[in-house]
Amino acid sequence: MYYVFDGSYAGFMSCVFESFERKEPGAIPVTELDFQPGLFQEGRTVQTDLAKMERVLRGLRKQLGDQKVLDFFRAFLSEDRKVWLSSFHIIHQIFQAGPAVLTNYGDADVLYFSQTLHKVSRERHRMKAFTRFQKSADGLFFAIIEPDFNVLPLVSGFFKNRYADQRWLIYDVKRRYGLLHEEGYVSEVQLTAPEKDALTDKAATITLDERDAQFELLWKQYFKSTNIESRRNMKLHLQHVPRRYWKYLPEKQG
Amino acid sequence: MEKIEEKLKILADAAKYDVSCSSSGSKRKNTGGIGDASASGICHTYTEDGRCVSLLKILLTNHCIYDCAFCVSRRSNDVKRAAFTVEEVVDLTMNFYRRNYIEGLFLSSGIFKNADFTMERLLRIVKKLRTEERYNGYIHLKTIPGASEELIKEAGLYADRMSINLELPTEAGLKMLAPEKDHDSVRKPLAFVNQQKQAFKAESKLIKHVPTFVPAGQSTQMVIGATPETDLEIMGVANSFYKDYKLKRVYYSGYVPVNNTSSLLPQIGTTPPLIRENRLYQTDWLLRFYGFQLDELLNTHHQQLDLDIDPKLSWALRNPHLFPVDINTADFNAILRIPGVGKKSALKVVQARKFGRLSEYQVRKMGIDFNRAKFFMRCADTPFSLGALSMASVKNRILREGNSKYKRMMPQAQLSLF
Repeated sequence: MYYVFDGSYAGFMSCVFESFERKEPGAIPVTELDFQPGLFQEGRTVQTDLAKMERVLRGLRKQLGDQKVLDFFRAFLSEDRKVWLSSFHIIHQIFQAGPAVLTNYGDADVLYFSQTLHKVSRERHRMKAFTRFQKSADGLFFAIIEPDFNVLPLVSGFFKNRYADQRWLIYDVKRRYGLLHEEGYVSEVQLTAPEKDALTDKAATITLDERDAQFELLWKQYFKSTNIESRRNMKLHLQHVPRRYWKYLPEKQG
Repeated sequence: MEKIEEKLKILADAAKYDVSCSSSGSKRKNTGGIGDASASGICHTYTEDGRCVSLLKILLTNHCIYDCAFCVSRRSNDVKRAAFTVEEVVDLTMNFYRRNYIEGLFLSSGIFKNADFTMERLLRIVKKLRTEERYNGYIHLKTIPGASEELIKEAGLYADRMSINLELPTEAGLKMLAPEKDHDSVRKPLAFVNQQKQAFKAESKLIKHVPTFVPAGQSTQMVIGATPETDLEIMGVANSFYKDYKLKRVYYSGYVPVNNTSSLLPQIGTTPPLIRENRLYQTDWLLRFYGFQLDELLNTHHQQLDLDIDPKLSWALRNPHLFPVDINTADFNAILRIPGVGKKSALKVVQARKFGRLSEYQVRKMGIDFNRAKFFMRCADTPFSLGALSMASVKNRILREGNSKYKRMMPQAQLSLF
């Protein structure tokens, strides 16, 4: 039995709720986009229901505590369908056998879940490290990112605390949304096509702060000067800064 | 414009031999300004030598009154000299930080005029950053040996980490290459900062709002391969510095030749001892995080670390009577000592085995280096073998099957004469 939901975390948790209510632990949650109805694929549409999500989360919090419950959200942000299914199974096990199952690393679902969390956490950390702001003439610091996973929600608090006195915008081009920080508040923004082009196009329509190019140049200079040529180790370099991140790192641009 | 670019080039180039780039260990919060310190530290990029770039690492100036043979900024060396102004350093730091290029500032300096004069300038910069720019990001500051205790104490209130380099592992080595310096002038300020830090800590237990003092602790650095110390001597010194001054880190810096006029030093063009440096770091980690004692890894019978295998494997091969370890019954510390098993996998094993005895196929997936570990452990389904493999053949098989990053740098297996 497939449970078809809208692709949101609330929708996913509504599926969990539904599977308990209908006593169908073998259900498989799929998004509307992924689902292809076929002869042998029975599907039921599950309505996203915030109250149902809250009931599942409340139950989990009782078992695991607030922080651990967030792990399911973190794993969900990987957008990996396989780990969604593992989470689904694990939640069922937790309600049956208690929170200890989360350390049963001999179990394929539990191990995969924990490995995915590790991957998501690494990507979150990379976005803290590799996000590069440019300063526009009107004082907005803006950055483009293209992370492997949907980690923007996980770095919001970090940037809010660190750049508390700055107006900033971080835009995920892959998922087409961004976070805007103004006067202590972070809000989610969607950009119109021309706005997005202005942001990503190098022949920008955004006027940069007059000293912005200078500091970018100085940064590139510093990056070169701090390297020790006789210790050159490109394998290690690439391991730490894989090529897919270079696009948005000024120091890796010519 | 041109000028600042030139200065940055010279003063970053001169600062890069200081290997510390750690930005971890401080929990400074953003109190109504900009920036905070991330407890885990963040590496914002990596240079082509594979080293992390976390901090803007610069010298205030490379003018120096000392003439240490191993140092690129030595008085007698014919290099371009430059000096930043206080404003320039502050401006660079703030603008790099606001663009999320860096995690903070690493400020060091050549000694100009005298120790106090230099320390006072460094202090002026960090004070300006903290008080005028309301900057709460990470600051790593060099303690200048010989500076007055008042200056050092005040600097400690603004810095997250302070460090003084030991430069050479032994006094004898130092006398040879830097006769104007001695280890005592390093020990004294390290001890002073440590004692202040402990005093502030004790006070904060009694009084609520005690300012933080060097919250990320102190570190030091030794140059490796410039002088003929053994690995045993080097690690002995490191070990005692960890104990005596509660250091957060000791850094080992493979000597990069920068001097052809001293016949005592490896000449320019000689490759830095990278593998040896790596083995020293591995030993350092085994001592601090794996519960090893120094004399287990290095002792009078075994004064140098093996280059072809890591120190943990080397220890295991010398102690065959302790293996194989049964991962279903052994305690955590014994599992941690299996070559190829790290802290996280050891913890996973110990937690997972509560749910049933673990077999090879399960353990393989837990992040251990199975090809190495398999010779030293038993799982639920490991077949009994008659007669253990000799440790010599275990080593050969690991070297043959393994894919060490150092394989191509190693001299090919030597032919034995007999």
